[in-house]
Amino acid sequence: MSSNFQWDTFAEAFPYVLQGLGMTVGLTFACFGFALIFGFIWILLRRLPLKSLVWISTWVMEFIRSTPPLVQLFFIYYAWPVIPVVGVTLEPFTCAVLGIGIHYSTYIGEIYRSGIDSVDKGQWEASTALNFSTIDKWKRIIIPQAIPPTIPMLGNYFIIMFKEVPLASTIGVGGILFMANSYGSLHFAYLEPLTIVGIIFFILSYPSSILIKKLEVKMNTRFDKNAILSKSKKKSIQGMNLEGSDHIV
Amino acid sequence: MSEILVKNKKSNSLLNSEPIVKYRDITKSYGDAHILKGINLDIHPGEKIAVIGPSGSGKTTIIRMLMTLEEPTSGDILVNGTNLWKMDKNGSSVRANEKHLRDVRGDIGMVFQHFNLFPHMTILENCMSAPIHVKKENKEEVRERAAMMLKRVGLGDKLDYYPSQLSGGQKQRVAMARALVMRPKIMLFDEVTSALDPELVGEVLEVIRDIAINDEMAMVLVTHEMDFALDVADKVLFLDQGVIAEQGTASEVLEHSTNERLQSFLHRFRKA
Repeated sequence: MSSNFQWDTFAEAFPYVLQGLGMTVGLTFACFGFALIFGFIWILLRRLPLKSLVWISTWVMEFIRSTPPLVQLFFIYYAWPVIPVVGVTLEPFTCAVLGIGIHYSTYIGEIYRSGIDSVDKGQWEASTALNFSTIDKWKRIIIPQAIPPTIPMLGNYFIIMFKEVPLASTIGVGGILFMANSYGSLHFAYLEPLTIVGIIFFILSYPSSILIKKLEVKMNTRFDKNAILSKSKKKSIQGMNLEGSDHIV
Repeated sequence: MSEILVKNKKSNSLLNSEPIVKYRDITKSYGDAHILKGINLDIHPGEKIAVIGPSGSGKTTIIRMLMTLEEPTSGDILVNGTNLWKMDKNGSSVRANEKHLRDVRGDIGMVFQHFNLFPHMTILENCMSAPIHVKKENKEEVRERAAMMLKRVGLGDKLDYYPSQLSGGQKQRVAMARALVMRPKIMLFDEVTSALDPELVGEVLEVIRDIAINDEMAMVLVTHEMDFALDVADKVLFLDQGVIAEQGTASEVLEHSTNERLQSFLHRFRKA
């Protein structure tokens, strides 16, 4: 292993490591998409009128959240196939999507829940008073209000998952960390390719987090974009607790 | 009285008609707290009822039960002869499910203390959403009717505004338009002026007065506006300690009652 940082090695390793970028980004999107959908399923399970299902899903969620994603990943990849009857051997990529996706779906589900809880109970009452069906209540009144405030939080989880996706290299998914490792073992040079991995992650994560901060500001002022009321007036109205006073935090 | 209003009393024949809503021995308890202790009440088509009483007397609970927002502990509420909170299943009476509640509450509309407008919709959309998606009415017809209703409450020039851009009084007027577009047979008003700045109360009462005079629907107003109740109500109920302690025409209850607790309640109010 060369002990000093070599720029020519850096230049050579760069395109090699970069080959894994598509996989890393693709896997991030796949895991995130899976977590978005599965997070919704957790919420549904926990709102079912069946007590036993609610109890089971609550504990399964708790279990998943309290164990490391790497252990879950290994379990799905190495242990699951040898379980009788339900065991299946899966592609590394599929395992990674399942492992990382399910782990983070428990957090995403929690975000959805906070979004739903943030909708004033008066909104439920008004939609009952207007006789909306349960489905329309969710679709037209609750979800449109519950999801937008959670978008910045979901964005943060997207970045967190982007940074967790290299876990998949341990089961052989060819992302940038995997490529850097394989370059290292081929050329006995780890410093440069791993530096490159760090740089790539930084270049992609940092601007995204700034973008999400901006989004957060925008979300906080939504529905107010054409506001004609002056700021001071608005404050006095909020002070009067005119809008859903019970839930002002 | 600040002004004298010619009351649009419903003819006796209307009040003699079959009640549209009947409360029978309704009670409501939260644990050991007995909010309502046996309420019997008939609401006739077109009747305007004002419910007054000290806070905690259960006034709001009475109308929230009719809107299916709270379930009675015991007793029955009949709407057009159908039991609201109970339904028939295989010959026995069981707790109503959501489908049954949906079928029965269609004729009832409500305006809330805190307006509860949908913040993600313009005020026109607020008024259009339910007729289109609940009653499956024609979109263009609904748009026209909703715009007309908003014009009637004085907001015809603000159709594309979001609720956050309006004052409390304006929001409450939108909430009334939203309920009216559904053409309810009974409108419930839950202390609709108590969250408003004093200078905005008048404009909201004006709209209610207009509805009371010109519309056929029955109205139940839970209110602290005594003078207003005297003005528009055919009947006033004084609710106290979970029972209807006094009822009659507005002038009987508000001006000529000998009920001591009512006297002291009104006295406190007039002083305030």
